[in-house]
Amino acid sequence: MTADLAAFREDARAWLQANCPPEMRRPSQTEDDICWGGRRWKFQSEAQRVWLVRMAERGWTVPEWPQNYGGGGLSGAQAKVLRQEMRALGCRSPLDSFGIWMLGPALLRYGSEEQKQEHLPRIARGEIRWCQGYSEPNAGSDLASLQTRAEDKGDHFIVNGQKTWTSYSDKADWIFCLVRTDPAAPKHQGISFLLFDMETPGVSTKPITLISGRSPFCETFFTDVRVPKANLVGALNKGWEIAKYLLAHERTMIGGMGDRGGTRPLSQLAAQMVGLDERGELADPMLRGQIAAFEIDEAAFRLALERAGDLFKAGQINPAISSVLKYYGSELNKRRQELMMAAGGADALEWESARSRDGALARGWLRSKANSIEGGTSEVQLNIVAKRILALPGA
Amino acid sequence: MALVLTDEQVMLRDSARGFLGKNAPVSHLRALRDRRDHTGFSPALWRQFAEMGFSGILIPEALGGSGLGHVEAGVVMEEIGRALTPSPFLSTALLAVSALARAGSDAQKGEHLPRIAAGSLIAALAVDETSKHRPNRITLQATRSGNGFALRGSKAFVVDGHVADLLIVAARTAGSLGDKDGVTLFLVDRSAHGLETERTIMVDGHNAARLEFNGVQVDADAVLGELDQGWHVLDGVLNVGRAAVAAELIGAGDEAFTRTIGYLKERKQFGRAIGEFQALQHRAAHLYSEIEITRAAVLKALQTLDEDFDQAGPIVAIAKARAGTSATLAVQEAVQMHGGIGMTDEFDVGFFMKRVRVGQELFGDANFHADQLARLKQY
Repeated sequence: MTADLAAFREDARAWLQANCPPEMRRPSQTEDDICWGGRRWKFQSEAQRVWLVRMAERGWTVPEWPQNYGGGGLSGAQAKVLRQEMRALGCRSPLDSFGIWMLGPALLRYGSEEQKQEHLPRIARGEIRWCQGYSEPNAGSDLASLQTRAEDKGDHFIVNGQKTWTSYSDKADWIFCLVRTDPAAPKHQGISFLLFDMETPGVSTKPITLISGRSPFCETFFTDVRVPKANLVGALNKGWEIAKYLLAHERTMIGGMGDRGGTRPLSQLAAQMVGLDERGELADPMLRGQIAAFEIDEAAFRLALERAGDLFKAGQINPAISSVLKYYGSELNKRRQELMMAAGGADALEWESARSRDGALARGWLRSKANSIEGGTSEVQLNIVAKRILALPGA
Repeated sequence: MALVLTDEQVMLRDSARGFLGKNAPVSHLRALRDRRDHTGFSPALWRQFAEMGFSGILIPEALGGSGLGHVEAGVVMEEIGRALTPSPFLSTALLAVSALARAGSDAQKGEHLPRIAAGSLIAALAVDETSKHRPNRITLQATRSGNGFALRGSKAFVVDGHVADLLIVAARTAGSLGDKDGVTLFLVDRSAHGLETERTIMVDGHNAARLEFNGVQVDADAVLGELDQGWHVLDGVLNVGRAAVAAELIGAGDEAFTRTIGYLKERKQFGRAIGEFQALQHRAAHLYSEIEITRAAVLKALQTLDEDFDQAGPIVAIAKARAGTSATLAVQEAVQMHGGIGMTDEFDVGFFMKRVRVGQELFGDANFHADQLARLKQY
């Protein structure tokens, strides 16, 4: 077993060395360096395209998915080795998408065979870009009170309503969406999980400008959108279970932000910005202490993510741990951004110059404030931990 | 290596928990403290540690030990932390054994390790000289004298130094303050002429000692490892101690936390359990998160000591810093959430606060290790 894994590591390393283009081994500079895929995706470079194609052919955009759905069919241990080798070589992720992180796992568990065959390989190859229709203007932390209505019309549903905070819905090809199919039932029991094409007549989007300026978020409107019955995932009115399952994935993902391969250590960035003194120490001693404390917490958090994966494989995990990771990871990322701003000083305040890459630092800092709001606020995560792990009364 | 305990390690944990829960719960420490016991620990309990195989946990089977690793040692330390058991386990079974096993000659190992495994020899590591842990600033001088050396200087915060039969002493034999070369480890018998020992009872009821070396004469064969080259061994031994104390801190912190959660469910004010108040729920959930994240770092540090000993420095610094911080938060919240009763000596929770303060200081506090990590990462 260990020998097999060692052989796999050798093979993976050799293959990555031979196939990962040099341009894809440099840390991502901006959000545009991330490959999201989709019908309308314009590759930033030939290297980005080649890297996606090669990884997808091998099933390594989704290493742990079964091979017949476009995955690599790797075991958990092999996938971990692959991630380690990619990190060691500095390989960028070939494809990031809500399809991989969120819809895929939900379909693998709740989808029909036809749905899996239709959607999973397209996600794995980066052909279809998905967005998530969850939050509504009056359903944020209390998501289950959502009101977007899907009326049963025999062989199809008619969907009416509005979603908000829909990331990249203006760029997405399809949406997975929570809709109310039984308004008379208690709020958790009348929700269904629907998939539909964003080009369906009646769907429109409007971008939202955030405090950081640009934003991936949109409002998404549905007016008499016709959705075939075949696009219902799981049973009618049983969508909340899928929503919860998927939220757990989203939490781990947001919690892990800033943990993507290729992110440079904060201390290195700070050393560049602040400089080192004659002893080789960061020239701002108070900041040095704060950064060291941060890097300790960051390293421990990374290990906690790894341990959660190991506990999951060992069948010993409490699913509510994803709330711990989401809470901690998003607070940690906000702390990182605050420290980046402190290290950057006045330079980090520039908003429009080319020197500041259009205020990348400041915009990243502002954007990070949403980490502890989106996907369930930090307060909601703490409520979940209090209730599901600590079993505190009335939580 | 997966960051979970193996089945065997879980069995060891359960047996240590059962054994300590029965034979050395917090009331055991309380009784030793209250009767001002002259050793501060129970020799009978230490013999049982030997029978359980704990005192020889890191000693090879050929020398009478259990031949286990640092993860197993950490598992036992976590349970010691949970029960607040005073014992020479850290000083003797982990620190002294690591120093002897890593640097000792066959003769030195053969002489001491079987006796430690059998529970008949207590040993202590004497490193610190000042109130803060500064292992790179050793001033105790060993100068050539006769066919050996004469030791002059003082040591402080020597855990179990008041009862140790054998002392492992870090001294400067060459170079100047701050140099890594020129540090040598010596084995010194407790009855050596010119050695003065002052027992220092600490805030947590555990014991350490201040040692004065007034020209203590030792033979050349008292050198442990190579002359002037003791730093590397010492650094490794300190890492063993740091990871072990981190595990103990997690045990103490987690136990204080568990007791606090129990209290939140049981204590009623304003007509309801205080655990219903969201102000407390969120703090409890935050603390739980801190402890869980620290647990991963501590396990990784212990595993790294087993798998790649010389590369363990950064992760040990991370684990010790995290454990000190998380356990401190745990005991602070424990006392605060218990309210008035948490302030009483009669109630156990104060014992956890005191032990955690000592553990935080032992072998470098969170600030020391943050600085250490920054140095290792060159900033």
